[in-house]
Amino acid sequence: MLEIKCPWCGPRAQTEFSYAGDATLTRPSLDTATETEWYEHVYLRGNPRGPHDELWHHAAGCRRFVKVRRDVTTHEIIATAGPHEHLGGGGK
Amino acid sequence: MTRYSIFSLARNALTGHKNWPQAWRSPEPKPEYDVIIIGAGGHGLGTAYYLAKNHGITNIAVLEKGWLGGGNTGRNTTIVRANYERTENELFYEHSLKLWETMSQDLNFNVMFSQRGVINLAHSDAQVDAFQRRGNAMILNGSDAMLLNPAEIKARAPHLDCSADARFPIKGGLLQPRGGTARHDGVAWGYARAADARGVDIIQNCEVTGLDISNGQITGVQTTRGAIKAKKVGIAVAGHTGHLATMAGMRLPIESHVLQAMVSEPVKPCLDTVITSGAVHCYISQSDKGELVMGGDLDFYNSYAQRGNFPRIEDVVSSVITMFPSFSRLRLMRTWGGVMDMSMDGSPIISKTPTKGFYINGGWCYGGFKATPGSAWVFAHTIANDEPHELNGQYRLERFQQGHMIDEHGAGPTPGAH
Ligand SMILES: Cc1cc2nc3c(=O)[nH]c(=O)nc-3n(C[C@H](O)[C@H](O)[C@H](O)COP(=O)(O)OP(=O)(O)OC[C@H]3O[C@@H](n4cnc5c(N)ncnc54)[C@H](O)[C@@H]3O)c2cc1C
Ligand SMILES: [Zn+2]
Repeated sequence: MLEIKCPWCGPRAQTEFSYAGDATLTRPSLDTATETEWYEHVYLRGNPRGPHDELWHHAAGCRRFVKVRRDVTTHEIIATAGPHEHLGGGGK
Repeated sequence: MTRYSIFSLARNALTGHKNWPQAWRSPEPKPEYDVIIIGAGGHGLGTAYYLAKNHGITNIAVLEKGWLGGGNTGRNTTIVRANYERTENELFYEHSLKLWETMSQDLNFNVMFSQRGVINLAHSDAQVDAFQRRGNAMILNGSDAMLLNPAEIKARAPHLDCSADARFPIKGGLLQPRGGTARHDGVAWGYARAADARGVDIIQNCEVTGLDISNGQITGVQTTRGAIKAKKVGIAVAGHTGHLATMAGMRLPIESHVLQAMVSEPVKPCLDTVITSGAVHCYISQSDKGELVMGGDLDFYNSYAQRGNFPRIEDVVSSVITMFPSFSRLRLMRTWGGVMDMSMDGSPIISKTPTKGFYINGGWCYGGFKATPGSAWVFAHTIANDEPHELNGQYRLERFQQGHMIDEHGAGPTPGAH
């Protein structure tokens, strides 16, 4: 089982969280984005093999989103932070 | 290739089975091929076989980073079915199902395809209605389907809890009588042997580490065994589709996730059909060795590791026990995982790409084993003609941008949800 360190609640079991996917995406601007930008945002993923920055929702805890850098080849959690914080180098 | 038959079996029995020829060669890679296929799972090996058989192209290498059949082909729960509602899917999977029905004869290799029927359980009246509609759609598209009531299901699966006070009461089910299971390793071995016999080089322990592209045209690949040239390269690497696409500078509508499966200790025959429940989300059948083969949901997070986590194992087992209470006495024998190529609409991508001569076969989600022969058939066609077959034009990569998604479940662009 993964142990995810929530910045607000401390280390918690994976089963308290639900996965919210790729944390590197930025929602395009409603006013100016082109169709291609929307397509890329909604459908395309880097899907890297190695460190992956992702969001987990602490659904059965504080109900905040947590940003996690996890190596998807080993499942090792490298760092966690608040959703708008930077995790430091190494991720994609 | 020595044909396998009752006579060759008898002849070899007399000599103590010491003189069987090798099923396929282990050649050194040549500097150049007409076509390179990356990935020696069922899809890659099958593609090479049909390129040779249907299109007369035999100067082919299939490159495999590990051993052939060691990916998802050798890790799945072996359910074969063609029970889709969307016409775009049903015609393709029905074509595949027909190829399953003649595969052992065609390959001269017993893939132990067993048409024991696949039953999808309905747990609500609305689901019964939906299954009736889906069954009718399947029949209209030339496939077979039967709506079962709870008594008919009980007769086919006596250990299934069909009582009114079951946690998920069974209101009916959709049976596809021609569906079933097959020996997954046998499929890889059968295609490998038949492709090799037609001159295809299967090169194992050869990982592709880069793609050579110049002026928008593929020219070859870099591997752990050196550079190999080819003007046509097709990938059939399942969970590694995204990783290979990165080498071509592409981002894909695919995420890699881990899916686990598990087997119980072997027991006497007690389940002679395949039972699946979309609502509870688990599926179960009994292998010829007697193990109960079980699977369920993804672990639900990106993963390139061929192993998952305990919460999902517990989940699958508790779902199975809810449906088959007597199975609670069995011990779990093995669990394992495979890397799944989850696409954004739940349907596969079998397509040309913006790079000339570079073709993609991936996005198989939970269900690429059943697609093996059909996928290989149309992928070979796509590579040989540089044009899709009439059964895979809809699986083109551009469909996501064009708004022509094939979203069987209506789950939207969330790869884990399909
Ligand atoms: C647990 C589990 C249960 C499943 N259950 C079912 C089921 O019941 N029914 C069903 O229809 N489907 C099922 N599936 C899905 C099905 O197994 C797959 O979709 C299908 O087998 C994919 O076949 P493939 O030939 O495309 O891939 P694979 O068999 O995975 O072959 C791809 C090959 O590519 C190789 N490769 C990867 N990267 C490289 C590289 N860089 N260079 C060289 N080689 C490389 C890999 O080593 C691998 O051998 C299941 C999958 C899993 C994991
Ligand atoms: Zn928290």
